[in-house]
Amino acid sequence: MKAYDLIVVGGGPAGLAAAVEAKKEGVDKVLVLERDRELGGILQQCIHNGFGLHIFKEELTGPEYAERFIDELKEMGIEYRLDTMVLDISDERIIHVISKAEGFVTLVAKAVILAMGCRERTRGALAIPGYRPAGVFTAGTAQRYLNMEGYMVGKKVLILGSGDIGLIMARRMTLEGAKVLGCVELMPFSGGLTRNIVQCLDDYDIPLMLSHTVTDIQGKDRVQGVTVMKVDENRQPIPGTEIQFDVDTLLLSVGLIPENELSKGAGVQLDMKTRGAIVNESMETSVPGIFACGNVLHVHDLVDWVTDESRRAGKFAAKYIANPGGQKEEAIETIPGQGVGYIVPQRIRPSQVDQVLELFMRVRDIYVGQTVVIRVDGKEVQAKRRGHMAPGEMERVKLPVSLFNGPGVKKITVDVESR
Amino acid sequence: MEDRKMVCISCPIGCRLTVTESNGEYAVEGNQCKRGEAYGIKEMTDPTRVVPTTVKIRGARLRRLPVKTHIPLPKPLIFDAMKLINEVEVEAPIKVGAIVIKNILDTGVNIVATRSMERTE
Amino acid sequence: MYDVAIIGAGVIGTGIARELMRYQLKVVILEKENDVADGTTKANSAIVHAGYDAPFGSNKGRFNVEGNAMYGQVCKELDVHFKQIGSLVLAFDEEDRPTLQELLENGKRLGVPGLEIIEPDRIREIEPNVSQKVVAALWAPTAGIVGPWELAISYAENAMDNGAELRLNTEVTGITKKENKFHLMTSTGEVEARLVVNAAGIHADDIYNMVAQSEFTINPRRGEYFLLDNEVSDLVNTVVFQCPTKMGKGVLVSPTVDGNIIVGPNAEDVQTKDEINTTADGLDFIRQKAKLTIEELPFHMNITNFSGLRAEPSTGDFIIEESKQVAGFINVAGIKSPGLSSAPAIAVYVAETICAGILGSHAKRNPAFNPKTRKKLRFKDLSDEKKADLIRVEPSFARIICRCETITEGEIVDAIHRNAGARTINGVKRRCRPGAGRCQGGFCGPRVVEILARELKISPMEVELEGKDSHILVGETKGGADE
Repeated sequence: MKAYDLIVVGGGPAGLAAAVEAKKEGVDKVLVLERDRELGGILQQCIHNGFGLHIFKEELTGPEYAERFIDELKEMGIEYRLDTMVLDISDERIIHVISKAEGFVTLVAKAVILAMGCRERTRGALAIPGYRPAGVFTAGTAQRYLNMEGYMVGKKVLILGSGDIGLIMARRMTLEGAKVLGCVELMPFSGGLTRNIVQCLDDYDIPLMLSHTVTDIQGKDRVQGVTVMKVDENRQPIPGTEIQFDVDTLLLSVGLIPENELSKGAGVQLDMKTRGAIVNESMETSVPGIFACGNVLHVHDLVDWVTDESRRAGKFAAKYIANPGGQKEEAIETIPGQGVGYIVPQRIRPSQVDQVLELFMRVRDIYVGQTVVIRVDGKEVQAKRRGHMAPGEMERVKLPVSLFNGPGVKKITVDVESR
Repeated sequence: MEDRKMVCISCPIGCRLTVTESNGEYAVEGNQCKRGEAYGIKEMTDPTRVVPTTVKIRGARLRRLPVKTHIPLPKPLIFDAMKLINEVEVEAPIKVGAIVIKNILDTGVNIVATRSMERTE
Repeated sequence: MYDVAIIGAGVIGTGIARELMRYQLKVVILEKENDVADGTTKANSAIVHAGYDAPFGSNKGRFNVEGNAMYGQVCKELDVHFKQIGSLVLAFDEEDRPTLQELLENGKRLGVPGLEIIEPDRIREIEPNVSQKVVAALWAPTAGIVGPWELAISYAENAMDNGAELRLNTEVTGITKKENKFHLMTSTGEVEARLVVNAAGIHADDIYNMVAQSEFTINPRRGEYFLLDNEVSDLVNTVVFQCPTKMGKGVLVSPTVDGNIIVGPNAEDVQTKDEINTTADGLDFIRQKAKLTIEELPFHMNITNFSGLRAEPSTGDFIIEESKQVAGFINVAGIKSPGLSSAPAIAVYVAETICAGILGSHAKRNPAFNPKTRKKLRFKDLSDEKKADLIRVEPSFARIICRCETITEGEIVDAIHRNAGARTINGVKRRCRPGAGRCQGGFCGPRVVEILARELKISPMEVELEGKDSHILVGETKGGADE
């Protein structure tokens, strides 16, 4: 059994940033395990620009963003294994991995950072009726085929879901000569960033059809057509509103789900809302010494925030390795209140917060000019008005530790209120 | 006097701008930073976009190399540029930032590699 | 010339082929699709019924009970997943109790072992999640679940291992009989045979009409399904039926051999034999009906929907006989539910009693017949030590292709190169499950395309999802394909 101080599972943006940060914090033996043939994760297929404004103060594409971290990792001499699959992780941080190069290997680490990312929701999750022909792809799969492998997945395309990958793919397919007939969104608002609606749909005259959904897929072998219907306020199709699209391809961009099979195997407690681990302010899960960050924890819309979060995981993992006993104290719970879908982190130990606590959250609906109200054990401590909030755009809330650092504090609640 | 509403795409915040024209002078409202002002005016006078795409590559593990315009390209030229980009085939190894096409369509815009790729064959 | 030409490579056709190989006969299976198990066999409830349902004296009644009893051995020989988990028929009303009693008595008469009517306490011991409204249930311990396409694929493989031929993409377009010899016109040339076995599923009447005026018709009856994530695999432990009432037959909730939960089917007569689509109404019907069994069924854990066409015969019973109009032409038709359960028994009966009976002394026993297929390596199921050992010998088992189901490259390569091997993405999926998990091929799809292209020495653009024109990739970027 080979021993490490820190093992990072996943060599995408989260894993890279966490490993680099831990090394900077003085952790000696760090190992990054990556299942793909190269580091960088999904960023390698996200060839569009828009990354890095927060972290690097310049606009980069996904591969450029990844390469900076990969270079840093290599310069620091951090060990990594490619084409290596983690089979399981125990709550004692014993890890079984397999690879062609080394076979079946057992590893152990003082701390583990989970950074496995997420996967896409599929047709099945939506139970879309119709035939099951070739030509129905999740947007991310199509993105890989197009951008990395160089294959076209279709010529006439409809996109279901206005998540960012779908929007980005509308532009990519158009640039590669496909005709994108529309982007269909079940909700009355887009699931992606507004800038992507502008530069991926509007720029190419691709209509965004809000409050619509796909109700039928035709074609026995390859997609031959897709039926779209308008939906009512309960998201049920309205009879008589059928629109027929003559397409050979349907791309699905209907959400991402954190990939937590390994976490569950390790006994990590999950949050039903994020479908990621429940973590504290240090990004530590319910299993001591196992940390989580990035899209495996909750789905982000910007890699810059993944980097921030992962650096925090790396830093606190380093702290844990230096002092595994750690600070034993009662944690405060964060509670998503009215209009709030979820909050990460879910547990706060005030002594571990350096002056200002940062909460990540998603709201449930489009809110314009609403106030984000924070209460500590029911008592209002902060209220800030926000111009525009949407479920597709993650919100960050900062709270000075002095506002909740009292004795016996049990919970911090966040509500969206109109004032 | 012309009045146009638009969403700034300079960063993910997506400020909702109102750009007003009066006697050839532009005024931008709704922006949270200076980039927004510049974007608003540019969008009225000479809209440009960064174009991220790929080119063929030989001798690498992957068959496509991601590239982009090193600065934004005039919007009306995007499809003409794509035609030229599609003709190019580069040879691994290649370094991030390497110029794949210089001064495309005489715009002063270069097409540059957005990642490094090793030679594998 | 072949001794026997079998039309249709579903579980019936392939099973008969395998049993025929116990004789020294030349056998060919003709299949119009590009893989075996491509019709009803790939889309059904995957249940091995105990057999209390069908009327006494019917083919269904006889072959179901016989088939059920054979399942353990057949699946062991062919290395096919089969679990005898038992079944329950739930009664939600005291009025349903006589129906359970009738089923029990019918089952006893047919020879179904172990049947009993059990009360709510015991029901909840077996199935803690079923509705509180349940008043009684029929318990049938011999019922089971199986991988239906696995069985057909392994039957085909074992038949081929023992010398049978499989001709895919071969559609029979005409049949004539001259001088005790059948001439079958096919899309890949003419085939001659002494005997023809018509195992063409929903098309059996069309095939029969090529040589005679068919005495029966086969009507397609569609059944739709949900398949839930294996995360909820402990929802039920047995096959859970609903008591048939005047309101209809009800839907079942059952585990699958792969750890998923299957919910369905509805039953709808459709106009054409290719309506294998699911419908909003059909899926809604199942959602509503299934609530009777389990009030809070987690449909949000759905990973896929599918539908299959049952071959509903106008006669109401399985048709398993030599045609009275055309000697040597054997119909094995209308094999709807419990057809899968009956398949092993039908295969033996058709091969031994009918075919060998007609061929007489020409059908000599084959002493070299090997009833076993080569064991499939399932990496996930191995112990840590065995995993380590396997990788040492064969490093391709160290490359995980499907993350959801932990399927290795080694397994996929083997599935392609076995007899009756995989040729398509779904063919690979049915043989070793990459893409059958919760991401439905999102991650592994491109990798499986790559492996299929490499192993079959074709371009990735020629790789198909399933049917003959189901290409996944339509060209290259940069206009590559159009140049």
